[in-house]
Amino acid sequence: MQLNPGQVFLGALLVNNILLMRFLGLCPFFGVSNAVGTATGMSGAVMFVMLLATWVTWVLFHAVLAPLGLDFLRTAVFILVIASLVQFVEMFLKKNLRALYSSLGIYLPLITTNCAILGVTFLNVDYGFNLLNATIFALGSGLGFGLVIILFAAIRERLADAPISRSLSGYPIAFVAASLVSLAFLGFTGLFGISF
Amino acid sequence: MKLKYFTSGIVKENPLLILMIGLCPALATTVSARDGFGMGIAASFVLIASNLVVSLIRRYVPNSIRIPIFIIIISTFVTIIDYVLQAYQPALYSVLGVFVPLIVVNCLILGRAEAFAYHHGVWDSFLDGAGKAVGFTLVLGLMGIIRELFAAGTVFGVAVTPAGYREQPMLFMVFAPGAFLLIGILKSIVNRLTAGKARS
Repeated sequence: MQLNPGQVFLGALLVNNILLMRFLGLCPFFGVSNAVGTATGMSGAVMFVMLLATWVTWVLFHAVLAPLGLDFLRTAVFILVIASLVQFVEMFLKKNLRALYSSLGIYLPLITTNCAILGVTFLNVDYGFNLLNATIFALGSGLGFGLVIILFAAIRERLADAPISRSLSGYPIAFVAASLVSLAFLGFTGLFGISF
Repeated sequence: MKLKYFTSGIVKENPLLILMIGLCPALATTVSARDGFGMGIAASFVLIASNLVVSLIRRYVPNSIRIPIFIIIISTFVTIIDYVLQAYQPALYSVLGVFVPLIVVNCLILGRAEAFAYHHGVWDSFLDGAGKAVGFTLVLGLMGIIRELFAAGTVFGVAVTPAGYREQPMLFMVFAPGAFLLIGILKSIVNRLTAGKARS
């Protein structure tokens, strides 16, 4: 089954948004969405790693693991590939983009344990996408991650100034706000007949 | 007493409600009580087994490459539970879907291997893993029970509300917004309780 790339893109970006509908990558979502600046940097790093990871794991799975009948090594191979990629991105940023590196701080190594990236590579295999659709799916998911995390950072910057009762301030009010944003995204259900 | 390694994971250092790690499965797989407990048990198996193995081989693991080694150990157990669920619990597996292989990136499991099992003995690591696992599973199960109760009017598939409610239940709770709202409410209750304790 080959899907229309446009549908794949919109499905990944809006209808089944990776953060709000699929619940992938929530740790960085609540971790770095305090300020718009860090949220932008984080989503850039996630988008970049997600695209690279998709290409590498797709080729590895379809050229090496599947022909040799080694599907069961998928989990171990994918996570190790992503861990090395993240190491590479970290070294690259440290050397060339010092400002971004210092603002992302401890969150960059945490991309390794970001389920959004590993989740997208698994979903690409599970859905049986070809390389074009896999690329578009990764791009849509990465943009969707960035869109939501930056929107949400703007909301949280306002929340920081609002008078909120003590037991609700911090994480709880962020969850409630996420619930409302996700309610808005629920409105995209069934857009253009996209259902996956 | 060593038993505190076990009990601290359930209440004082509850992975989900206090430490706020492992959120993705907590929100995604708790649409019903059975799914919540199923996910909790699957993650618990991986957590306890990886804690045991890491503490057994900790003296032979060089410090500089410990993280890749932990990841390989964890992904081995994840692959085992992935195939076991696929074979014996196909209905549960189809609901949990991609979240079973994703146990491998659950921050809780790698975090315990790194922070505890790598520096402690086998028995202590087992207690620590078991405590965190129980704390994780209980919260997942609780969220599953609450969401199933509101969204379907049942608990573990048994009808507990009047037939009229079950015809028009609060479907909101089964969707993503309901999951976010529920964990927000639970966290605010925990905040309230712990704040009271700090004052007295």
